[in-house]
Amino acid sequence: MSLGIVLLAHDNLGRAAQAARIWAEAGCPVVVHLDRRVPTSGMLRLQADLSDLSDRVLFCRRHRCDWGGWGIVAATLEAAATLLLRWPAIGHAYLVSGACLPLRPVAELQAFLAARPGLDFIESAAVADVPWAQDGLSEERFTLRFPFSWKRQRRLFDAHVALQRRLGLRRSLPEGLEPHLGAQWWCLSGRTLRAILADPRRPEFDRYFRRVWIPDESYFQTLARRHSVTLESRSLTLARFDAQGKPHILYDDHAPALAASGCFVARKIWPGAERLYAAARAGQRLAPGPEPIEPAFAAARLRRTRGRPGLAMQGRLPRPGWEYGASPGPWTVLQGFDELWEGWEAWFTRATGAELHGRLFAPGRVEFAGGAALWRGALPASPAWRDHDPERFQGNLLWNGRGRVQAFCAAPGDLAPVMQRLAADPEARVGVISGAWALRLARSGRPAVALRAEAARLQRAEAELLAALRAPQARARARIWTLSEALAAPMAPLFAMAAETAPGARPGLAAAPRLARPEGLGRLLAALRDLGTPPYLAGDLDALCAPRDEARA
Amino acid sequence: MQPWQRYRLRLERKRWRLRALRKRRELEPVADRTAGIVPRDALVFSTFRNEMPRLAEFLAHYRDMGVGHFLMVDNGSDDGGGAYLAAQPDVSLWRTEASYKRARFGTDWLNGLARRHGHGHWCLTVDPDELFVYPFHDSRPLRALTDWLDASGLRSFPAMLLDLYPKGALGTDGAAPDPEGRWFDAGNYAISRNPVYGNLWIQGGPRARLFFSDRPERAPALNKIPLVRWHRAYAYVSSTHMLLPRGLNRTYDEWGGEKACGVLLHTKLMSGFPEKAREELERRQHFAASAEYRAYAEGLEEGREPWCAQSERYEGWRQLEELGLMSRGGWA
Repeated sequence: MSLGIVLLAHDNLGRAAQAARIWAEAGCPVVVHLDRRVPTSGMLRLQADLSDLSDRVLFCRRHRCDWGGWGIVAATLEAAATLLLRWPAIGHAYLVSGACLPLRPVAELQAFLAARPGLDFIESAAVADVPWAQDGLSEERFTLRFPFSWKRQRRLFDAHVALQRRLGLRRSLPEGLEPHLGAQWWCLSGRTLRAILADPRRPEFDRYFRRVWIPDESYFQTLARRHSVTLESRSLTLARFDAQGKPHILYDDHAPALAASGCFVARKIWPGAERLYAAARAGQRLAPGPEPIEPAFAAARLRRTRGRPGLAMQGRLPRPGWEYGASPGPWTVLQGFDELWEGWEAWFTRATGAELHGRLFAPGRVEFAGGAALWRGALPASPAWRDHDPERFQGNLLWNGRGRVQAFCAAPGDLAPVMQRLAADPEARVGVISGAWALRLARSGRPAVALRAEAARLQRAEAELLAALRAPQARARARIWTLSEALAAPMAPLFAMAAETAPGARPGLAAAPRLARPEGLGRLLAALRDLGTPPYLAGDLDALCAPRDEARA
Repeated sequence: MQPWQRYRLRLERKRWRLRALRKRRELEPVADRTAGIVPRDALVFSTFRNEMPRLAEFLAHYRDMGVGHFLMVDNGSDDGGGAYLAAQPDVSLWRTEASYKRARFGTDWLNGLARRHGHGHWCLTVDPDELFVYPFHDSRPLRALTDWLDASGLRSFPAMLLDLYPKGALGTDGAAPDPEGRWFDAGNYAISRNPVYGNLWIQGGPRARLFFSDRPERAPALNKIPLVRWHRAYAYVSSTHMLLPRGLNRTYDEWGGEKACGVLLHTKLMSGFPEKAREELERRQHFAASAEYRAYAEGLEEGREPWCAQSERYEGWRQLEELGLMSRGGWA
């Protein structure tokens, strides 16, 4: 007889009746408040359902309960007063809803509370010290007036808040109250509850809280601080909110996790959760699983608000800048490297452990590592498919390659369709040897006059990439060497990019790649310069055109 | 979006709704058990032609998840599927010999039926070769999902089409069902937004890579929004790829998070595909003079097979979520 229940019900009356029955049959007196919005027929059915327990289950006067409004507090006060009037000797009163269920035998809760007489369990945190708030309203819940329903009159609600802010209207708190917030579901000692109900200043407090926003999370939480002797600021009910501020719903498959959490009461139980209801009716203990339920809720929140980095799919297509990590992990692009060295691919792969592809964005072909026709995830080496959605092609390559660093080669112009994304991606490591395209032109052996247009095109494309990589908003880690720098210290770019790709890797010099400097490079560069298309991205032209190889020629 | 664009979409929606009313007259009731629909039933809407080998699995799959009633349109089947369905206690059946193409590939018929019978219900519009899979479907009935959607204020739920295929040659109709398992492509999908209707446009998978690798823009669309809390004012625009009003198409998150979504397991390639492709090519009742089916016929003649070393074997929804094809979103 020392634990009494205040039960608020508003829908799923069949389940609410079962919950009331579970409490009552365990020996707890129950006062049920039914939302006045429920038609009388529902009320009569609920009363009929519980008629055999009329010595222990009472129904109190009904109030209309709008979400976020005073009605819920009025209902709670009404039911609590009824409970204390009829059963003045109770040690604790527990506030539950029709969708709450005891997940451990009620006797355990009764014993737990009997061992802690006078102790109040109510989550109650000073408003100023916690950042919980939906809609940016925390302290303002107490200093503004909220005469409109948030659910039914949202525009009026928002306009009224804006107006009060604009005019600087504030209401002052009743003397001696310090606003506190916390979960709605409490378990208060009979003494504290009676003191709250019998407070001589209660009309003043009620008048004030009538216009507070979501008073069910602040009325008892604030007043308990005024009257409680010993208070544990936690709720005995496991009830969590999702990222949208809606209560998480609990299903049969949560049973092991709920049992592992060890809570006495949980909400909000899905009405179809037959196993949870059956276990509670039978007073059975659920078999605990390895994990409590909190990590599952935390993971759901993270998934809903941040998502998995680098994933684009039917439920997630972030706007640029909202990716929370544009790629699933670091990846590398190497431009010009394949022109400068021979046999470097094997060395690079060995040194870094990365999967090194050829030119994935070459015009008219896709060069997956090993010449594969289909890559992971059945990504086809089809240039038409790649060009259909180049960003997704690159995104798929990285997503499918999770767990291995992906690296690929590029030539000037290749990256144009993904350039902005590449530059904005903090996971991208980009190595460019600017002007390396001249090596390929020199190898072709054709005269400079014939190559001039091609050289200009390549240089323009490369300049665009470098500009994107050097833009102030660029976040890719770019390392850029000119051709003359790379020729002067040929292993430096390879070592640097190996280290960028696999931090901590110690590439050896064994089987080091060979520099592939074609005959006639200097001649070609000088000729281009003299024709009026200076290959300025190649770096120090004087050094490159120096008569070193000319003399030998 | 400009007011005139919004108004244009409103007119378009009205047009599809009127058209649905007109096309509904082509449907002749065979077994009308719609009086047995109770207020909170989830309903399945489907149109089919000669799908007898799939119907039993189809009904079982959706009955298992707790669908209350099936509203089916038989477009001139001659394989006994109509009689089979007419005998089912939870199926209402209509029959029509009218043109599938002129009913915009069945969309008008189903819009018409949903308008009359779907209002206020959660309606699942799927083909007989589409098996809906949603997060936790192995432990929670469909009602758990729709209750959660209601509580979260969501009116529509997306599920992209995921083509399943056998290991080996296509076209083993009548062979034992999936002896080597059902396989799919995990990561070759292209995604973009449709600026007018606000839906995503998703392409890829085995059909894109086998039959459309040189004409990707022609590859079939895989984005679908099959589950909708129907209102009589709604209309599907083209198949179940998109709806009007277009707010129903905003089923994806643009600010980094993941919204909950499911998958439609597409068993079209699993069995009987070559026969079906040939038949549909002859009937010319599909989009763009059945160009899709022409491509299939060509590819099949060359003996192309979808299975490859990179294929994934279907194991369940958690695998699909891990691979990034679907998500629980905020549902825990």
